[in-house]
Amino acid sequence: MVYSYFPGCTLRAKAKGFDSSALASCKALGVCLEELEEWQCCGATFPLQIDNSFPLVSPARTLASAKKTGRKLVTLCSACYNVLKRTNHVLREDIDKREKVFSFIEEDYSGEVEVLHLLEILRDEIGFRSLNAKISSSFQGLPVAAYYGCLLLRPPEEVGIDDPEAPRVLEDFLLALGCRPVDYPYKTECCGSYVVLQPGGLTVSPSRLIVESAKSGGAKAIVTSCPLCRFNLDYAQSGALERGENTIPVMYFTEVLAIALGLGEGVLQFDGHLVPPGLIFQSLGVGGYGGLT
Amino acid sequence: MRIGVFICHCGLNIGGVVDIPEILQTLAGYDGLEYVTDYRYMCSDPGQQVIKDAIRDKGLTGVVIAACSPAMHESTFRRTAEAAGLNPFRCEIANIREQCSWPHRDEPRRATQKALEIIRASMEKVRQNEELSPVSIPVTRQALVIGCGIAGMQAALDIADAGYKVTVVERLPYIGGHMAQLSETFPTLDCSQCILTPKASEVGSHPNIDLFTNSEVHAISGYVGNFNVTIRKKASYVNWDICNGCGLCMEKCPEKTESHFELGLATTKAISIAFPQAVPNRPVINAEVCRHFTKGKCGVCEKVCPVGAIDFEQEDTFIHREAGAIIVATGYDLHPKSKVGEYGYGVVKDVIDGLEFERLNSASGPTQGEIRRPSDGKIPKEVVFIQCVGSRDQEDGYPYCSKICCMYTAKHARLYKHKVPDGQPYVFYMDIRAGGKGYEEFVQRATEEDGVLYLRGRVSRVFEENGKIVVFGVDTLSNKKVEIHGDMVVLATAIIPSHGQTDLARLLKISTDEWGFLSEAHPKLRPVESLTRGIYIAGCAQAPKDIPDSVTQASSAAAKVLALFSSDTLSHTPEIAVVDEELCRGCGVCIEVCAYDARTLDIRRRVAVVNEVLCEGCGACQVACPSGATYQRNMGLAQVMSMIDAVI
Repeated sequence: MVYSYFPGCTLRAKAKGFDSSALASCKALGVCLEELEEWQCCGATFPLQIDNSFPLVSPARTLASAKKTGRKLVTLCSACYNVLKRTNHVLREDIDKREKVFSFIEEDYSGEVEVLHLLEILRDEIGFRSLNAKISSSFQGLPVAAYYGCLLLRPPEEVGIDDPEAPRVLEDFLLALGCRPVDYPYKTECCGSYVVLQPGGLTVSPSRLIVESAKSGGAKAIVTSCPLCRFNLDYAQSGALERGENTIPVMYFTEVLAIALGLGEGVLQFDGHLVPPGLIFQSLGVGGYGGLT
Repeated sequence: MRIGVFICHCGLNIGGVVDIPEILQTLAGYDGLEYVTDYRYMCSDPGQQVIKDAIRDKGLTGVVIAACSPAMHESTFRRTAEAAGLNPFRCEIANIREQCSWPHRDEPRRATQKALEIIRASMEKVRQNEELSPVSIPVTRQALVIGCGIAGMQAALDIADAGYKVTVVERLPYIGGHMAQLSETFPTLDCSQCILTPKASEVGSHPNIDLFTNSEVHAISGYVGNFNVTIRKKASYVNWDICNGCGLCMEKCPEKTESHFELGLATTKAISIAFPQAVPNRPVINAEVCRHFTKGKCGVCEKVCPVGAIDFEQEDTFIHREAGAIIVATGYDLHPKSKVGEYGYGVVKDVIDGLEFERLNSASGPTQGEIRRPSDGKIPKEVVFIQCVGSRDQEDGYPYCSKICCMYTAKHARLYKHKVPDGQPYVFYMDIRAGGKGYEEFVQRATEEDGVLYLRGRVSRVFEENGKIVVFGVDTLSNKKVEIHGDMVVLATAIIPSHGQTDLARLLKISTDEWGFLSEAHPKLRPVESLTRGIYIAGCAQAPKDIPDSVTQASSAAAKVLALFSSDTLSHTPEIAVVDEELCRGCGVCIEVCAYDARTLDIRRRVAVVNEVLCEGCGACQVACPSGATYQRNMGLAQVMSMIDAVI
């Protein structure tokens, strides 16, 4: 299975471990991710003004170049996935916008590329049952909370990889790795997103609610596929960490996947993690990543 | 033939576009034209007088009225012609409004030319029109009412009281429909049971009403005045003729199951009467749970029954009835809350719908009228009501307004406050639609006297956390996010047609809208008739409506039926197909093309036969007939050809 791969900026800057753990896991699972040549920023947010087509140019260029490879396009970051998939939808359905965008960058593209999230490949192409057969270290029922955020699921008619109100894909993924998914009501609530950049700690309160809810459900860790969500949920715990209170690590789903597949330390970087993930796995005796904190 | 042409200006509708003086001038001298004139409003009394005078004075033998669509005024002008002594079928309409002046408003020159052509074609048609007289149909003066909620009951009683026999078919074992489940009714807060049960018992005992509960319409054939109905009476496994409704069987039955009537909020027995006041007060065995049927042993009810009414061998029976008219009053269902993901897919026990709240509030309900939440039986101190769940939702639900939810939510909130004075009801709403006598005042009292807190905004999520029901919403009037940690949530879910209604509509050959509600013949002027003659509609089967509106529509439908029954014959248009038996070779092509089932093959003589009553005169058979044996009266092939000649 060979796919075109769009890493996105964050995976080459603040979330290198997301990238390295995904690439190593895919290799181990026989999935070849071939990085798209000369990719550029996805645009970061999908433009919501109906007459603003300019932000579509960058993702459109990526999609048009993916078409030339003749392969499906895979991304990991929820934001990249959301923007690429919605842009693809617009370029397929809205002829006016398509003409406007491609009169600017002169490409011939009308939404032919299939945009996939790595979770979809794990679920639909490999299958969670065969994934389960391939893991070398089970998490032995470790309670883990799946956190979806918004971008992976909404708007459902353009993006949704799962039911936007009661998604299952991350839970099923966790089950395949031997974790016990924790059910908690905030798994699809917004983390606060870019408002984190505003002074005054506005995002801290929604993010903290999410973490508290997961913890009260018994979760020992949270997994997600969005670098911004991961950052927000992690940094919402900084006060608790300083005070020495109970904190739980927030991890990319590919990081737990790599651990379950028994991959070496080199692929796990845990870059930028505030709450150190290593201790949990050390205490479980799986993986042997005690050195990483 | 001495033809008269009468051109209507329809105010400026026609006269403002088509050059009528020019038409008058051009038409003069056309073959057979005896008289031509125009008038500003031909359909008005003086306009009709112009036609009558001309027919008499000029001795006209055919008239063409150039005006609006024949759907609008053909019958008006034919009556005018008849009043002046002309055979009404020698009067034809040339439609120069809908098919000319309206669509060609911007091209008056060409519109005038087209109007002229339409008028000439109609003159050619009328030239060859025969004199016809209407077909007469006998009428069976008995009615069939399908569905026996409040609308069906009202319609049946009105017809029965007028002295005609009514057959009533109800799918459930009892009559009364959803109204039997309601606690109090808006805007007077009188008890639903108190106003319903006397009516129900009247239906049950009326000498003119033949009531079939636990029954469905299985098959139907025939046409207005002469329907043949097959009713399937489902096996109840109890001989209702000898059962006296003592209830001993229910008391002793060892198998419990969820009560359908209580919407799963209480249990009942495998043999049960839905509720104590049910009409008829006879039990039914639920074969899906009864131990005799599931495990092959038990039979307790059979042993205890003092009159020996239990009959495990009973089978469905089929009953045949004739009816001259049918009223469909099949009611509604609620949009299932299991389909509403943002409010928990129906999984959270303390998120209930409006009907479930009615049961909680009902004196005869599972909590004897005390408001106790389903999960733990505690009295909820904060209750959140959410309106428009599925209604007015183009994305995930239905675009229409369910009409009754604003009122019943106000009622629920008030009744809750009356029973739990220290409780706080919240209502999330989009708009308050309280159009009705005493309705707005009722909602006012909810906010002013009962302290119901109305919040204008939608709710994004409802979920359970630590025994509380958390509601995320917004108040768009203060622009604030609202988060309520309440004890119970009541969803005003959308009204949808009752399950199986589309199948019934197909059986009856009546049409529905895209959501499955039955279509009325005209949205304003014929609101209780279906497009099929002899079939009428009432209540929520047609559209969401409250009790007063359902009763009104039911009585109107009954009045239409009584008008139909006022004579023992009906007339039907004679402009239908006839078969020349000399030419017909019985190939049967016409039978396949007939959309009205009006054609059959006489196998013995090998000729096609037309049922004069069912034939609607569409002309499909005339076109399809390979041997030219079919002739459409007053629209024959030769006639059509000369109409075409007049145009080109």
